[in-house]
Amino acid sequence: MDKYLILNTLGYPVLSLIMIIPAIGVFVCLLLRNTTLLKAWGLIVTIVTMAVSCPLFARFDVGTPKYQFAELRRWFPSLNLDYVVGVDGISALLVLLTTFIMPLCVLCSWRHIEERVKEFIIVMLLMEAAMIGVFVSLNTVLFFFFWEGMLIPMYLIIAVWGGPRRDYASIKFFLYTFSGSIFLLVAIIALYITTGTFFIPELMDHNYPFMYQLWIFLAFSLSFAIKIPVFPLHTWLPAAHVEAPAAGSVILASILLKMGGYGFLRFCLPMAPEATLACMPCMIGISLVSIVFGGYLALGQSDLKKLIAYSSVGHMGFVTLGIFLMSDLGIKGAMLQMINHGITTGALFICVGLIYERTHSREIRDNSALGAAMPAFLTFFGIFSLASFGFPGTNGFVSELFVLIAIFARYPYVGFVAILGAVLAAAYMLRLLQKMVWDKSTGHEHNHGDDHGGKHGAIWDLDGRETATLAFLTFFVFWIGFYPAPLLGMMDSTVSHLVSQVNGGVGKSASLGMKQP
Amino acid sequence: MNITLLLPECALSAMILAMFGVTLARPKWITLNSLALTLSAISLVAALFSFGKEGLLFFDTYKVDGLSQIFKIIITLALFLVIAATPGVRGIEERLRAEYFMFLAIGTLGLVCLSSSYELLTLVMSLEISAFALNVIIPFRFLGSERAHMEAAIKYFLFGIVSTGVMLYGMSYIFGLAKTTYLHELAGTLPNLISSEPLAVIGVIMLFCGFFFKLALFPMHYLTPDVYEGSANETATLLATLPKIAAVAALIRLMTLTGLEMNKVTWAFGTFAVLSMTVGNLAALVQNDLKRLLAYSAIAHAGYVMIGILSVNELGFASAVYYMAGYLVMTLSCFHVIYQLAQRGENLTFKALRGLHRRSPLLAFTLATGAFGLTGIPPTIGFTGKFLIFTAAISRGYYALVIVAVINAAISAFYYLKMVRAAYCQPEEEGYPIQLSFPATLLAVFFISSTILAGILPQSFVSLAKQAVAGMR
Repeated sequence: MDKYLILNTLGYPVLSLIMIIPAIGVFVCLLLRNTTLLKAWGLIVTIVTMAVSCPLFARFDVGTPKYQFAELRRWFPSLNLDYVVGVDGISALLVLLTTFIMPLCVLCSWRHIEERVKEFIIVMLLMEAAMIGVFVSLNTVLFFFFWEGMLIPMYLIIAVWGGPRRDYASIKFFLYTFSGSIFLLVAIIALYITTGTFFIPELMDHNYPFMYQLWIFLAFSLSFAIKIPVFPLHTWLPAAHVEAPAAGSVILASILLKMGGYGFLRFCLPMAPEATLACMPCMIGISLVSIVFGGYLALGQSDLKKLIAYSSVGHMGFVTLGIFLMSDLGIKGAMLQMINHGITTGALFICVGLIYERTHSREIRDNSALGAAMPAFLTFFGIFSLASFGFPGTNGFVSELFVLIAIFARYPYVGFVAILGAVLAAAYMLRLLQKMVWDKSTGHEHNHGDDHGGKHGAIWDLDGRETATLAFLTFFVFWIGFYPAPLLGMMDSTVSHLVSQVNGGVGKSASLGMKQP
Repeated sequence: MNITLLLPECALSAMILAMFGVTLARPKWITLNSLALTLSAISLVAALFSFGKEGLLFFDTYKVDGLSQIFKIIITLALFLVIAATPGVRGIEERLRAEYFMFLAIGTLGLVCLSSSYELLTLVMSLEISAFALNVIIPFRFLGSERAHMEAAIKYFLFGIVSTGVMLYGMSYIFGLAKTTYLHELAGTLPNLISSEPLAVIGVIMLFCGFFFKLALFPMHYLTPDVYEGSANETATLLATLPKIAAVAALIRLMTLTGLEMNKVTWAFGTFAVLSMTVGNLAALVQNDLKRLLAYSAIAHAGYVMIGILSVNELGFASAVYYMAGYLVMTLSCFHVIYQLAQRGENLTFKALRGLHRRSPLLAFTLATGAFGLTGIPPTIGFTGKFLIFTAAISRGYYALVIVAVINAAISAFYYLKMVRAAYCQPEEEGYPIQLSFPATLLAVFFISSTILAGILPQSFVSLAKQAVAGMR
């Protein structure tokens, strides 16, 4: 085990703690009654979790590809199944993303969620624990436990607090992701039967025959591709995004989609390198189609959430593209793109939630010409839109640049397709921005006076809570935009180790067969 | 003979006698109910006490070992939970309630004996004791002028008789070929016979059919939904749990006779398992009556369990035991909700579940836990059970079976979610809130917590089950 793990030396089990704190928070929730108190409690718990997770960044050892802060306990000895958690450069960043986004999810549902507040906070906290669990698990069964277990709270978030078509959207989400991941279970068990272990780093060190790799790769990829989602499997995403409450959309966009990319990096590449290489052209093709098709669909949307949902398909296409180029730069770009997409798309969904609270519509034409009424809001919205299509100086630029350099280095001509996707992104985001700020439609005032009246008579600009939420994310937009070095440093040795694993794995297994390392 | 070996049987016999006495007195329902509950708790305790005992009784026809004792615990636990989950037995005709409990005890005694039977005729006897009691119970339903329960009773009776006949016919083949009815002697000769005599294969398959009827496995499944639909909610609760558990015990015992190698019997039963899952899940998709839905779900789950049994190794048997325990808890959570909702003992459709999360959040969550568990989503016992069964099957190389099983799990997600959707997504029509009594609340919490806790921490139970089946192969 020492070969792969650096046991936690912080003096407290940081990884278990960030899963347990939300879980304990749930029990306190059961006792609370006051809705404001409940929301405040949810905020406190998520902020404490965020604070506790900070050592993952501050005390991270960038010089090693091993899994750090690791913990090891016996769980199910009959099957040689341990509770083992740990993070490397890839998962540490995603854990941090999760813990930093969650307080914002609670904040952005402050006004939006008015009924069943207790249950809402409970499922949000359960969701947080499960999502962190996915990223820190170093055991395939533990991973699957969280990966599937997460479906229940996410399903409930959409099904109970969702929009008018929540019934349809939630079941579509559930069935899609559930049926994708059933083969994951078969692959996990098959790997166990062949190698006798569920321990992920050890599974990576085996060399499997090509056909075996191919089956494993397909079983894994199906579930990850649905989760990301890539082109033909993306149809659950717009439905789920549109119907989910703002916090649900943020979780979906910022964290859930990242699990697909994480899965590719953690399982497919290191465990089935040859199969990955064989499927590379196909996966790159699918990624490019996702980028262009997602952008193309986003161009035609009139619903804000749908537009952002389709733009997610495009952005996540860059992630799969970077991953399957299998080069150092490509994977780093993909990782950065995941972080960036988590920040900017999460922010955009929060923005849509804010608008919806004011105008009670997500249609672009009902929300046009807000420039005069909500200048502060639109400043933020503008920043996130620019970041979303990769304007220089924002975080999106860095990651897309990395991926584009990687693809031009490998397939110069194919790279132009990706450029097309980037241009499309600029087109739909700028069009959206232009309409929302300047367009002279009479949309909202009219809509308000007639249909919605009541307490939301006027449109007001951001209050303190909302400004804080958005400013917090803006900070990261510019930080990563101008100085991504700390993040790149964190993933540096992990990614180069991964690339060497992949390159080492290719060509070796053919001659060595199933030999132990 | 050591009487402590037969503690659970004695406790159940005492319960039968006590209940027979009560039938003459006609007490109030609360007295009756608490008496039945206490007596079933006593038999549960008796079963717990006799755990770990071993011995052969009655001229080697009755074996007390790890397998039988763990199943006796699960069966008596099931009896206790069934009685607890159906307080007042509202759906049973009032003058028959005492008798209902008496026959319940008789049926359980038969099933408990079934898990210990170590000889073919003893198996038949035990099976028939339980069948006799269940046949009597089904028409006890109080439905006013409707006669649906009579139809269910006739169907169950006729089909049960036919399956017993088929089983006896199969036994006659086996006896003719092997010249013995003792299981320990059959274990030596049967594997060779199966590979050499086609008649033995037919005999074994026919022998198993009797238990497939109890388990509701294809091809003996097809009247099960009608029976569930026609019988009272409490009887359906009983039918969905107790006989299936005992059938698994008998199947594990019989499966070891067929040999450890993959053979024609494995192929036949593998096909049954696949068809059972597929037919059960596909038919369940279109059901509207909740009891019918759960009946088809039971057929599908019989298929999953069969995969574990077919693995014929320690893990396979242990996971089948674990899965049945899990199935018991999860199915009972669904039936608990149904019983609480059906205030007049009527059959429920999805409509009755609408808006349940507003009317009673706890019941809605109990239903959701049960449904998610039956689908096989972690962290429930249903997931861990499926995981163990699939691991056992893949270790034997049954990839095809496992792949069919996981595809079926995905199909089943739809109709289990249909229940959750109705409870959480669809607006209610009659919005009256449901008041849960304290025991009902306690039971719901027990179901939820045991479904989740046993799913997260399976080690102790699985090692217990492994110990129990260790001597089986």
